[in-house]
Amino acid sequence: MINLVPRKEIPLSLTLTTTAIAVALTLIAGAAIFGVLGYDPLAALYQFFIAPVSRGYQVADLFVKACPLIIIASGLVFSYRANVWNIGAEGQMILGAMFSGYVALYWGGMPAPLLLPVMILAGVLGGLAWAMIPAILKTRFNTNEILVSLMLTYVAALLIDWTVRSPWRDPMSFGFPLTPMYPDAGMIARVDLPGIGRLAQLHWGVLGALVLSVAAWFILRRTMVGFQVQVMGDAPRAGRFAGFSPSLVTVLVLGISGGAAGLAGMVEVSANIGQLQPNISFGYGFTAIIVAFLARLNPMGVIIAGLVVALAEMGGDAAQIAMGIPKVVTGVFKGILLFMLLAGETFNRFHVEFRLPGAAARVAATAATKESGSV
Amino acid sequence: MTGSQRPDETSPGKTLLAATGICKHFGDFTANDDVGFEIEAGEIHALLGENGAGKSTFVKMVYGLLQPDSGQIIWRGEPVTIRSPQHARELGIGMVFQHFSLFQALTVAENIALALPPGESLEDLSDRVRAMSAEYGIGVDPDARIHNLSVGEQQRVEIVRCLLQDPSLLIMDEPTSVLTPQETDQLFDVLRRFSSAGVAILFISHKLEEIRSLTRRATVLRRGKNVGTVDSASRSSKQLAEMMVGSSVGDIDGQEAPKSQPDVLFAVRGLDRPPATPFATPLRNLSFVACAGEVLGIAGIAGNGQDELMEALTGEWTGAGRNVFTINGRDITRDGPSRRRQHSIGFVPEERNGHAAVPGMSLADNALLTSHSLGDVASRGVIDSDRTRQMAAEIAGAFDVRLPQENPIASALSGGNLQKFVVGREISKQPSLFIVSQPTWGVDVGAALFIRRAMLELAESGSAVVMISQDLEEIFAISHRVAVLHDGQMSEPMVTADTTAETVGLLMGGSAPLKTAGAGDAA
Repeated sequence: MINLVPRKEIPLSLTLTTTAIAVALTLIAGAAIFGVLGYDPLAALYQFFIAPVSRGYQVADLFVKACPLIIIASGLVFSYRANVWNIGAEGQMILGAMFSGYVALYWGGMPAPLLLPVMILAGVLGGLAWAMIPAILKTRFNTNEILVSLMLTYVAALLIDWTVRSPWRDPMSFGFPLTPMYPDAGMIARVDLPGIGRLAQLHWGVLGALVLSVAAWFILRRTMVGFQVQVMGDAPRAGRFAGFSPSLVTVLVLGISGGAAGLAGMVEVSANIGQLQPNISFGYGFTAIIVAFLARLNPMGVIIAGLVVALAEMGGDAAQIAMGIPKVVTGVFKGILLFMLLAGETFNRFHVEFRLPGAAARVAATAATKESGSV
Repeated sequence: MTGSQRPDETSPGKTLLAATGICKHFGDFTANDDVGFEIEAGEIHALLGENGAGKSTFVKMVYGLLQPDSGQIIWRGEPVTIRSPQHARELGIGMVFQHFSLFQALTVAENIALALPPGESLEDLSDRVRAMSAEYGIGVDPDARIHNLSVGEQQRVEIVRCLLQDPSLLIMDEPTSVLTPQETDQLFDVLRRFSSAGVAILFISHKLEEIRSLTRRATVLRRGKNVGTVDSASRSSKQLAEMMVGSSVGDIDGQEAPKSQPDVLFAVRGLDRPPATPFATPLRNLSFVACAGEVLGIAGIAGNGQDELMEALTGEWTGAGRNVFTINGRDITRDGPSRRRQHSIGFVPEERNGHAAVPGMSLADNALLTSHSLGDVASRGVIDSDRTRQMAAEIAGAFDVRLPQENPIASALSGGNLQKFVVGREISKQPSLFIVSQPTWGVDVGAALFIRRAMLELAESGSAVVMISQDLEEIFAISHRVAVLHDGQMSEPMVTADTTAETVGLLMGGSAPLKTAGAGDAA
C-alpha cells in the first residue's frame, strides 16, 4: 500500500532537487526515445538544448520567443491564484493586437512619441474588454468562465481573420489578407547593446516583459490587491469574512490576465510582424497556461518557465532542421518534460508512505478517522 | 434484543472486553500509550478525556477501524484481532458515531435495511423496529423519512440500527453533543434499559455531569495514557476534570445580573432572512440588544439558524434592509464586514479553518485578514509586512498561542492554539462589540478557560459581547443574559442568574417535550 501524505512545509532545497531530478529523467527518457527511433541520442539532446542557445544571437531569439509567454503568464498567474480559470488568453491577445493595430493604422498621424504609449494602452484595453465578457457573465449569471473564455478565442480568431480580409485590408496587398504596415513610430525598437550592437530580434518589449513579471510578483506578494486574490483563491469564505468581494476579485483577475494578454498581442505585432495578419499568435495564449503552471503560479518563476518552454520550442525546430527529427517527436518530448515536472511537483507537495502488507485496513481507517473528525 | 439472548455470556459482573498495553502511533504522534481498559457485561462505562486525549483512537481500535501497534484485546476471555468493523459487528460490538451516516431521502426502515444482511423484507424489518422501539421506549417510526427527523431522532435511528444486530457492547461517541438536556435525559433512560437487558455501553464524553449521572465507572485518558479508572459517582466534577487535564483547573462561576440599567450598545430589530439554499434555516423577526459591559449568550442546537445569523451579523450577508443593525444608534445594516470593523466590531465565526482564518497562510497574513480596513497595516495598498508580523507576534504573546516556529502557517497550529489566535486577533483590538460563534468548540479545557476569561475581561472593560454557543455550560458560566435560537426564531433574552438549564433546554427543543419520530414533523 502506498499513501501520499501532504507535507506541512516545502523547503526550497526540496523544490530544487525535485526539479533537477525531473529534468534529468526527461533527458534520460528523451534520449531513450531518440535512440529507439534510430537517432543518435546525444546529438539529438544537443540539438534540443544546446544548439538553440550556442550563440549570442540565439540567446536573444530565445528571449524574444519567451517574451509573449512571460507577459501572458504573468497575468494568468493572478487568475489561477484566485481560482478563476481564464483559458482564453489567446483570444484576448488577438483583441489586444487588433485594438493597438487600429490605433497604429487609423490614428497614426498623432505625434510620434505618443503613438506607442497609446497603442500599449489600446492593446491592454482590447484584451481587458474581451476578458470582461466572461467576467460579467460569470458574476451576473454564474456562467462557467472556462467555457466562455475558451469559446471566445475562436470568435476572436474569426474576427481578426475577417478584419484583415475586408475592412482593414491593405489595398496594395495584391489580395493577401494583410493590413498596411504600421508607421515606424508604432514599432517597438530593437535593443542596441553597448559594444555589441543589435542582437538578432532582441527588442525593448523583452525588457518590458521582465519588468512586468517582477511588478506582478510585487503586486501579488506585497499589496492588498494580491492579498485579496490569494485569499479568495485559498479560502473564499475567509475572503468574504475579511470583507473582500468575490465578484470584484473575479472581475479584477480576469481584467489583469486579459489586459496582460492584450499587451502581449500588441508587443508581438509591433516588435516582430509590423502589420496585422490572420495569424498573429501561434498558440502563445495556450502555451502560457503551461508556463504559468510550470512556474508554480509564481510571477517571477514565469520568467524561467517561459524561457524553458521557449527553449523546447526552438530546440524542436533545430532538431527538425539539423537531424530531420519529425515535429511530432518534439511534441512527445515536450510532453515528457511537462509530465516529469508535474510528477516532480507531486513529490514536492506530498511525501510517500509505504505500508507493510497486512495493514491494508489502516488505510480505510485513516479515511474513517478523517470522516469522523477528532482522534 | 430480548432478555433471552446469550444469557450465559452476558451475565453481569463478568468481564466482557479487556484491553492491555494498547499503543498506537500516527507518525511521531502517540495517540495511545500503553492503555489498559476493562468493561463488564451490562455495564455503562465512561471513557473520558479532552479533545486529542486518544478516546476516539482507542474505540476505533475496539471497533476494528484501526489496528493497535501493540497490545492485546480480549473479548469474552479470548484474545482477538478485530480486523474490521464488520468483524467487530460479528463479534457483537456496535458503534454509534458522532456524525450520522443516514440517507436523508430514505425512510428509517430503508436506512436500517441497508446496514443489515439482505434477505429480510422491509415489512418484517419495520415490525422488528416497532417492537424494539416499544420495548425500550425509543420512539422511532420505521416509515418516517430521515430528513423530517430531528437530530435526536436521527441518533435514535442509528442506535436502533446498531441494536438490531444484537450487540453485547455498544460504543457511543459523544452522543449528547447534539442533544438538548431533555433529549439527553431520554437517551439516558434508553441506555439504562439496555444496560439492564445486559448490553454493555461504552460512553465517550467530556461532559462531566453527564458521566457522573449515567455511568458507574469512568476510565480517564490524558495525552494517550490511561490515568485511572474510577468510580464516577464518587468523584466530583472538579476531581474528574483535574484527572482529565492533569493539573488543577480554575473555573468560572456564573455571572450576576447587571446591577444598573446599562447602555444599549448594539441593537437588532426585526431581522428577517429568507433561506439562501434549500437547506438553510430562514431567520424570522429576530430582535435583541447587547449592552455595554455584558455577555449576551445565544443558546441553541446547531442548525437552528446560527450560521445564517452569524453571516448577517458579520456583514457577509447584507440584504436585511435598513435600521436592522444599529451600533450606538448608527445604522450599519448595509455595511459589509470591513465597514463594520471600522465601527469597532470584532467577529470570530465558528469555523476556524477557511472562515476565520486561511489555513495555508501565515499568521501575519491572517492577522491582516481582519485588520486591513483599520489603517496602519497597508499604505497605498502596499502591505507593511513588518507590521503584520509584529501584530501576529503580539497576539500570540498576549493570548498564549504556542507557535511551532516564527510566523507559522495557520494550519501548523493545533485547534486550540488557532482558536486562541483568532479570538485574540479581535479582542486585542479592544472592540466595543465582540461577536463570536462557538468560541471554544473543539478546543482543550485550558484554552477554553483562557478564551472565556478573555471575553469576560473584555466585557468588564465596557464592551458588549454576543456569544452564540451550543455549549450550555459555557453559556451559564459567562453570559449575563441568555436568549435561545430555535428554528430561526429567537426567545426573549433572560437574565442567566434567574433561569435554569431546564428552562433554556425546553426552549432549545422548541418548548415542547420530545416528539415521537415523524409525528407532526412532516409539516
